[in-house]
Amino acid sequence: MNGWKRFLQFAPLMAIVLLLAGCGEQGLSALDPMGPQSQWIFDNMLLSLYVMALVIVVVFVLFFIIIIRFRHKEGDDEYPEQVHGSTKLEVAWTVIPILLLAILAVPTITGQFYLSVGAEDIAEDEEDIGDLGDADEEIAEEDIAEDAYVIDVTAHQFWWEFDYPEGFTTGNEVYIPEGEEVVFQLEAEDVIHSFWVPALAGKVDNIPGVTNHLWLEADEPGVYMGKCAELCGPSHALMDFKLIAMEEDDYAAWNEEMQQEEEEPEETLAQQGREHFEEEGCLACHAVEGEGSAQGPTLTNFGDRNQIAGFLDYSEENLRDWIRDPGALKQGTNMPASPGLEDDELDAIIAYLDQLEAVDDETTEELEIQ
Amino acid sequence: MVSEATNTLKKSVFWDWMTTVDHKKIAILYLLAGTLFFLKAGLMAVIFRIQLIAPEMEFISGQTFNEFITMHGTLMLFLAVTPIFFAFMNFVVPLQIGARDVAFPFVNALGFWLFFLGGLLLSLSWFFGGAPDAGWTSYVPLASREFGGVGIDFYVLGLQISGFGTLVSGINFIVTIINMRAPGMTMMRLPLFCWTTLLTSILIVFAFTPLAAGLALLMLDRIFDAQFFIPGEGGNVVIWQHIFWIFGHPEVYILVLPAFGMISEVIPAFSKKRLFGYTSMVFAVLIIAFLSFMVWMHHMFTVGIGPIANSIFAISTMTIAVPTGIKIFNWLFTMWGGKLTFNTAMIFAASFVPTFVLGGVTGVMLAMAPVDHLYHDTYFVVAHFHYIIVGGIVLGIFAALFYWYPKMFGHKLNETLGMIMFWLFYIGFHLTFFIQHILGLVGMPRRVYTYLEGQGMDTMNFISTIGAFLMAVAVIILIINIVYSALKSEPVTVDDPWDARTLEWATHTPVPEYNFAQTPQVRSLDPVFYEKIHGNGKMKPAEPLDDIHMPSGSILPFFISLGLFIAGFGFISFHLDLFISPYVLIAIGGIVTFGSMGLRSMQTDHGYHISKETVEEMEKELS
Repeated sequence: MNGWKRFLQFAPLMAIVLLLAGCGEQGLSALDPMGPQSQWIFDNMLLSLYVMALVIVVVFVLFFIIIIRFRHKEGDDEYPEQVHGSTKLEVAWTVIPILLLAILAVPTITGQFYLSVGAEDIAEDEEDIGDLGDADEEIAEEDIAEDAYVIDVTAHQFWWEFDYPEGFTTGNEVYIPEGEEVVFQLEAEDVIHSFWVPALAGKVDNIPGVTNHLWLEADEPGVYMGKCAELCGPSHALMDFKLIAMEEDDYAAWNEEMQQEEEEPEETLAQQGREHFEEEGCLACHAVEGEGSAQGPTLTNFGDRNQIAGFLDYSEENLRDWIRDPGALKQGTNMPASPGLEDDELDAIIAYLDQLEAVDDETTEELEIQ
Repeated sequence: MVSEATNTLKKSVFWDWMTTVDHKKIAILYLLAGTLFFLKAGLMAVIFRIQLIAPEMEFISGQTFNEFITMHGTLMLFLAVTPIFFAFMNFVVPLQIGARDVAFPFVNALGFWLFFLGGLLLSLSWFFGGAPDAGWTSYVPLASREFGGVGIDFYVLGLQISGFGTLVSGINFIVTIINMRAPGMTMMRLPLFCWTTLLTSILIVFAFTPLAAGLALLMLDRIFDAQFFIPGEGGNVVIWQHIFWIFGHPEVYILVLPAFGMISEVIPAFSKKRLFGYTSMVFAVLIIAFLSFMVWMHHMFTVGIGPIANSIFAISTMTIAVPTGIKIFNWLFTMWGGKLTFNTAMIFAASFVPTFVLGGVTGVMLAMAPVDHLYHDTYFVVAHFHYIIVGGIVLGIFAALFYWYPKMFGHKLNETLGMIMFWLFYIGFHLTFFIQHILGLVGMPRRVYTYLEGQGMDTMNFISTIGAFLMAVAVIILIINIVYSALKSEPVTVDDPWDARTLEWATHTPVPEYNFAQTPQVRSLDPVFYEKIHGNGKMKPAEPLDDIHMPSGSILPFFISLGLFIAGFGFISFHLDLFISPYVLIAIGGIVTFGSMGLRSMQTDHGYHISKETVEEMEKELS
């Protein structure tokens, strides 16, 4: 694999690729892979690009020779020789493409097993090669390696729910430890969605009634952008999420913190906010620290969020607009507008939400820099 | 017009076109209707490209955007490109095989009216609560009653009706090409355009039937509360995707094969050479047509069907590249050693070859299933299929339009305007779509109505929209060209204005109602060219001059379709608040349709004859 990589990196077309990698945002663009899955995909995309570039060059060179050399000249009205064909040439352009495709077919099949969850164990086990058919079936829980860290992802119109094995839930932002293989178990609540973190992995669909799996790994700590890739309604474009990879220790601390019981807010304003939050019936959809319903995104660590509702920058002003009339910002959202809310009540609620944190500010800053 | 001198003279122009069963007039009806839908769908594309010109634009809402992209795709595929192909097939195929008409002229007219009224029914959705909004693929559950708007009822019934039209037309072409060939026109002398029409028609028969079944299930789900696609009630949403793509992938080849055929006509004509490797060209399309049914799951690599199934479909998809490659090189070597004349038709046809290669290679890249997890549902896919559909199919259509226009309308299109149009369209096309490959790779999913600032997508989207404007200007220039040429162009009086090769150029311009006064005797591939070299330049007749039997026109195809239109609207109106009961509409529609069918069954209509004398008179006048 390493030799392969080196070859690809020194191939002359690398210049174009570097140019391409210049496009797009780090942490989002798949041209700047940040994990083993996306690296594999990127390398093999380049492989296919090189093979295809060969085809393109041959066709284009022929084409331009033809349109320059064989133009009709004034006064030359004789018909050219009527050629029927050429067996030699025709065999050549049948066999050569087959060989080129064979080159691409190998990583296509091996990659399919490497990238899917559970199946790679079966593929590696030479003796069991006859049982390959099993990989076709839905992967049972026990097929996933026992030490794998599995996070349940449930997609909703238009937000993401992440359930951790430790029993707590986050909304729209998922935290993972860096350098560790994490398995996502993908489900959907209403319509089909598709879970995609371009910089880390390919996408796999969240389908109602079906359970899919995807594994990925982040090489470095950082904030990665995630998107919904399957049309799911009017606000499909705004169904973004964040994947936050943390250093192992930070992650452990965060995970511990998330499992804690809710602490009483320290400030009075936030305490009032908590009361309003309950009075207004927010808990009917938004749980905090496991208390309340899971109809909407859990707000346990809302204060840590990079974005409100997955796409608005985290600011007091945006949060105010959002709570007032979510539908105006995200068409088709299930969250109702709150026109009757007094300004001071809203301020209190915002103060309450802002102090719901599970990560200290220092770690957050570090992550953002990366 | 001379062709109307006999039977049709007594009719008003309007009545004549409503009742016509003449394949040449039906062709023009198809061309007009298809062009209208093409312009409508193109306009939608311009509007949603404006929405995407800058990040976080609020030109149209997410809901409207979804309706536009759904209608853009649906109209372009079902109601614009397919009918435009039918226009050329209808006009050209009977002439190329030396026939007087298609096998079933009545069914031909029925096919047109079913398609047109089905299309109108779909378009009515704008006036009743909004167009369909679940994408042209209408994936459930987004397209189910619970999550999808009433527009999807229009999608289901409109497509069902227009699908029937496409289906019967497909059957008609199969029978025509198998049975109606002139003496000596063996299958291996059939022009490539006829071969691709035949295969497209076979694909239609096998692909539109699963679509009809799928649409029927979706209709039962939506209108009669069935649960085929409702998860949690025993339904399965993935089944819809299978049914849809078992239709949907062959549909791509239904569209691209006729374009291959057109290119295979235009390139030899303007290279002055016969098609290189004719036999391998025929077998290549046969293989492509066959394989097109073996690859549907490559649209579903991310659905989670498992690595084994994905691998099989990845490999079968890759194999399609082989016959396609054969075609590309055969086209190139048809031009090699030829004497190329680059008029508008030829420049469109020639530019098809490298453009299609660009679309084809991304197809192979997409076939690599594990890497497809990156491309799937991103702008990379959008770029890929527009390189096939616009860079392949639409370029083919423009080539065909400029090539066959003099035969169809009796005058050529203006060359200067044609060249301006070509360059605008070609540059605009690459500007719009090339950059979209990269947009997909930097993380832009398809079907998003907006994108956020600071994601590295602003400039590329801007360029893409500018390209779309250029393409729109090119299409406007085409319309100007059509009007200008109709007013100013010299009428074409010769039979063969391009010095071409196939049998349609042996008929008079304009083509008389009966096409060939005497059925020609075909002695070779490219029969007209053969007679230029080996004969006196005229086709030898295969029969003595005699009275010509012609089918009579009928208004019944229109009424059969109208009945289905009314009944279809009745089914939709279960979920509309109308002043009239749905049952009444369904009853009226049923009576009109089945009444017309009954009438047709009981009518005795043997058609009519054009007398030998009239034919002689008309032939003299035309030559």
